[in-house]
Amino acid sequence: MADKATLAAAEPVIRQRFLPKIEVSRLRFAPTLAAICLAVIVAAAILAPLLAPYDPIAMNPMERLAPASWAHPFGTDPYGRDVFSRTLYGAQISLIVGLGAAFVAVLVGLPLGLLAGFFRWVDAVLMRIMDGLMAIPSILLAIAIVSLAGSSLWTVLVAITIPEIPRVVRLVRSVVLSAREEPYVEAAIAVGSSLIKIMWRHLTPNTIAPLIVQGTYVCASAILTEAILSFLGAGIGTETPSWGNIMSEGRLYFQLKPGLIFWPGLFLSLCILSINILGDTARDVMDPRLGKGRNG
Amino acid sequence: MFAYIARRILASVPVMIVVALFVFLLLRLTPGDPAAIIAGDMATPAQLDQIRQSLGLNEPLVTQFVTWSGQLLSGDFGRSLISRTPVLTLIGQRLEPTLSLAIVTMIITLVLSIPMGVLAAWRHGSLTDSAVMAVSVLGFSIPVFVTGYIFIQIFAIDLRIFPVQGFKSISEGLWPFFSRIFLPALTLATIYIALIARMTRAAMLDVLGEDYVRTARAKGLSERVVLFRHALRNAAVPILTVVGTGFALMISGVVVTESVFNIPGLGRLTVDAILARDYPVIQALILLTSGIYVVINLLIDISYAFMDPRIRY
Amino acid sequence: MSFLANASAFKPSRLVRSALLASVVALSGFVAAPVDAQEIRAVMHSGIRVLDPVITTAHITRNHGYMIYDTLLGMDENLKPQPQMASWEVSDDGLTYTFTLRDGLKWHDGGPVTSADAVASLKRWGERDGGAQMMFKSVESLEPTGDKTFVLKLSEPFSYVLELMAKPSGLPTFIMPERVAKTPAGESITDYTGSGPFKFVEAEFEPGVRAVYEKNEDYVPRDEPPSWTAGGKVVKVDKVTWVVMPDVQTAVNAINGGEIDFIEQTPIDLLPLLQANPELTVEVLSPLGYQTMARLNWLNPPFDNVKIRQAAMTALGQEPILAALVGNAEYMKSCGSMYGCGTPFATDAGSEPIMSGPQPDKAKAMLEEAGYDGTPIVLMQPTDVPSIAPQPVVAAQLLRQGGFTVDMQPMDWQTLVTRRASQAGVAEGGWNMFFTNWIIPEVWSPINNPMLNGGGKEAAWFGWPNDPELDEMRTKFAQASDEETRKTIAADIQAHAYEVVNYIPVGEYTIPSTSRNSLSGMLKMPVPVFWNVEKAAD
Repeated sequence: MADKATLAAAEPVIRQRFLPKIEVSRLRFAPTLAAICLAVIVAAAILAPLLAPYDPIAMNPMERLAPASWAHPFGTDPYGRDVFSRTLYGAQISLIVGLGAAFVAVLVGLPLGLLAGFFRWVDAVLMRIMDGLMAIPSILLAIAIVSLAGSSLWTVLVAITIPEIPRVVRLVRSVVLSAREEPYVEAAIAVGSSLIKIMWRHLTPNTIAPLIVQGTYVCASAILTEAILSFLGAGIGTETPSWGNIMSEGRLYFQLKPGLIFWPGLFLSLCILSINILGDTARDVMDPRLGKGRNG
Repeated sequence: MFAYIARRILASVPVMIVVALFVFLLLRLTPGDPAAIIAGDMATPAQLDQIRQSLGLNEPLVTQFVTWSGQLLSGDFGRSLISRTPVLTLIGQRLEPTLSLAIVTMIITLVLSIPMGVLAAWRHGSLTDSAVMAVSVLGFSIPVFVTGYIFIQIFAIDLRIFPVQGFKSISEGLWPFFSRIFLPALTLATIYIALIARMTRAAMLDVLGEDYVRTARAKGLSERVVLFRHALRNAAVPILTVVGTGFALMISGVVVTESVFNIPGLGRLTVDAILARDYPVIQALILLTSGIYVVINLLIDISYAFMDPRIRY
Repeated sequence: MSFLANASAFKPSRLVRSALLASVVALSGFVAAPVDAQEIRAVMHSGIRVLDPVITTAHITRNHGYMIYDTLLGMDENLKPQPQMASWEVSDDGLTYTFTLRDGLKWHDGGPVTSADAVASLKRWGERDGGAQMMFKSVESLEPTGDKTFVLKLSEPFSYVLELMAKPSGLPTFIMPERVAKTPAGESITDYTGSGPFKFVEAEFEPGVRAVYEKNEDYVPRDEPPSWTAGGKVVKVDKVTWVVMPDVQTAVNAINGGEIDFIEQTPIDLLPLLQANPELTVEVLSPLGYQTMARLNWLNPPFDNVKIRQAAMTALGQEPILAALVGNAEYMKSCGSMYGCGTPFATDAGSEPIMSGPQPDKAKAMLEEAGYDGTPIVLMQPTDVPSIAPQPVVAAQLLRQGGFTVDMQPMDWQTLVTRRASQAGVAEGGWNMFFTNWIIPEVWSPINNPMLNGGGKEAAWFGWPNDPELDEMRTKFAQASDEETRKTIAADIQAHAYEVVNYIPVGEYTIPSTSRNSLSGMLKMPVPVFWNVEKAAD
């Protein structure tokens, strides 16, 4: 109990710990709406090449900062590029970053967490490193990584994923720690099953539900972090439109052309909102225990 | 208990060492050359090398690390490579705006979120409850800078109530200070309002189901007394925890908010320092924020131990 | 249009609005007293961080230099060197310059300025300034001959001495006390004692936030009227504060609200927010603007091939780049002169390929002839410097249209300046192309212009052209004694530089300053200075 409470208190992503579940039963329309919303965004991302009226990086300096019109529903940016097309393509980047970060964080975090939960000595070393990583504010860490290693999609993805890994490790570790005490795991150890088998057959399945929930939060937070990085000028370059860098390039004009910030901001907010609602729903549906009794 | 506290304090030492080592290596093993930003556009390779030499950047990494940690242990954070100002002076200059922002944000958050949470729990299941919960999901999902620009558009540009951006010290007058800090603080507060309103609601719901609340109600105490005297007080532990953790989490929000509202605080200092590869400043700032993070977590753990009798060590 | 205009949910009711306004009125009793009428609050183009105007060529540090230091010579609006701290005599053979310091020169700490200070400062300057390095190769000796006099002896003719010592930008000859000037040239100074018209208030300096200068009461200005950096530097205010506002939007709002008096560089796109305000004056103070240019790396393929460099120049054009960078015809102009248009050496010699606008088909044909194999051009784009961010983006599109494969790599400016110093191949962290800007006085002669140096890997500016022919012509220029010969040589140098594509000027632009009408007497010159400026009550 004590250890758990300590762990829980140190958990910096407050969301998955402290967010009490929404009464989804009362807001049944919310997940449906979120799913539709997300589906539209995914469709926009996939179909961007078909839907976008213009090449998102084709510029026309003679038509810069044009107001919204039928030709340019969201207007044009300082290079005369079509903001509507860029916003559609921006969905691709956000989804790649979100899903990519969730996938990689789980891919790296799961084995580390299994090891840490199983071996005391790995635990001691690994968790100190993870504590250290978590103590560095993730946004500063990400800015530093991108600024130092260059701003491509891949460095941004790495920069966003690294701070998420310790959280996954912690989660997996805590699941393993409690599962280890279960009779069937102790039995498996007693009969000398191979380690890999124990981890794969008995421990990993326990982590799936919490990992899916955690994954949605990593996804939402990665999309947000990418936008923040781009917004601060430490994100993906202008030839790869992302919601964050469209807004970043629109900052100077926000009094004159608010649409440059408003439209990508709207999509970004809707996207994160939908993922968060779906994450809450997933938690309620998949593992009722997660929603209750984790508050101390 | 004290053994426990001592153990926790000791345990945070390796964390800080990991942070220091990690930051140092990250900065030095990747490209970037402060000499180039000092010298400006016309420098030749030889001149750059001259500057690197004088800054000690040509020394082997191990030597640099040993020098730096030696200085750290004696409380010396060094000087900015660019302006030659002592790092501590720089941090001191930027402390006020950031602290002001953090404190005003916390005040706004607490004033709004706790009543929201209490109300939602009290009227559990009502439309009010759903509304409060909906607002709090929104608060999580709209990026700080989007919220910021929406507030600027409404309150500064359309209504002209507040200046658009900037910061004035409280020593320059209450209104100049308040009018500039209010929007950024409100912006930053949206996240924490969402967080703390939810936490308050959940904790209150737990407590309202307990026997002593039922007893209090049965005694005929007024609903207000029951809610605030009995229930809220017992729900305080988890709420305080979130407040504390939220404070530590505020750092990333601060970086963005300071940028949107042009507040010359620690967040902007950090971003500027990273962009200029001002190693001593970046190192000190990341150590500082990590240190704050560790200390707050430590305090939370210790307060857990004090406040919740169920936890034994 | 407000983006919330249609979102009726956000429209506050009349009641809420008047309540809010009422509370504003109630609170406005707390408004601080108006700023002291004798203080100028200025937002400069960037925050000052480096305080040594000899170690860096950063413009903001140069501006700081003009506040607190004085220069030996000044340059007047006719681009002629004039005495400032010192007058001079030249021997008949042109090899000996005798300088005499004027009376009344005092350091901020009260000590007298001596010739030893001047000599030490010149020597430190000679280690860091490109033109000065060239000059010092021809210097036999530079020694004090008395408290107030010192002598510069040349070993061979070098006719550009006074012009270099008087130049207003790059590294001007700021004079520091000998103890400060003895600081190694690679190390930043830490003692900010000057003898200039303002004193630096070190205690109030907050890097990235503000720098404060107060009037130097002991400064004795010259009697002549001010003309650029020459003439009397008469300070008419008590204090000048440089306030840092990294987001220029803030500065625009602040000057509209009367919180600041001056914005050095106003983004053209935001002019509509300022021009409507009758309390403000928006004008271009520098008669000479900026030159923006592309540099190609001669070391790495494909730009090691002169034909491919020529194709790149043919593919580019000035108009589209200027349109994206400036976007307002009033503040931009095409210019084929590497020395800037409207300067003594201005010429259009050899500029035809870039002045003909983008010629994609011709570029493609040239590439085919040169046997271009599709090697990607690594074009570095700084994401955090608004005045250089757009050029590469447009250039990438133009080069692609001209048949090039372009790999535009976004990075912060700091990474760019680090990486452009790398002479390695592209795969090992090298590069092919980047853009930067100069103010015209930094490029206005073959000696000042940092790009026109053919010294290859050892001595040339980033991009490292190995071009002995260029250096020979440059030496001839430095030794030529009459103006006409110089002009001819300058034109030949430019024609040659275009032929081998030393660099590609992509146009000139100016940046307007904005000041509140309470300020008057702002001097029109390439460097923003604060002497001669008066401030009336607002």
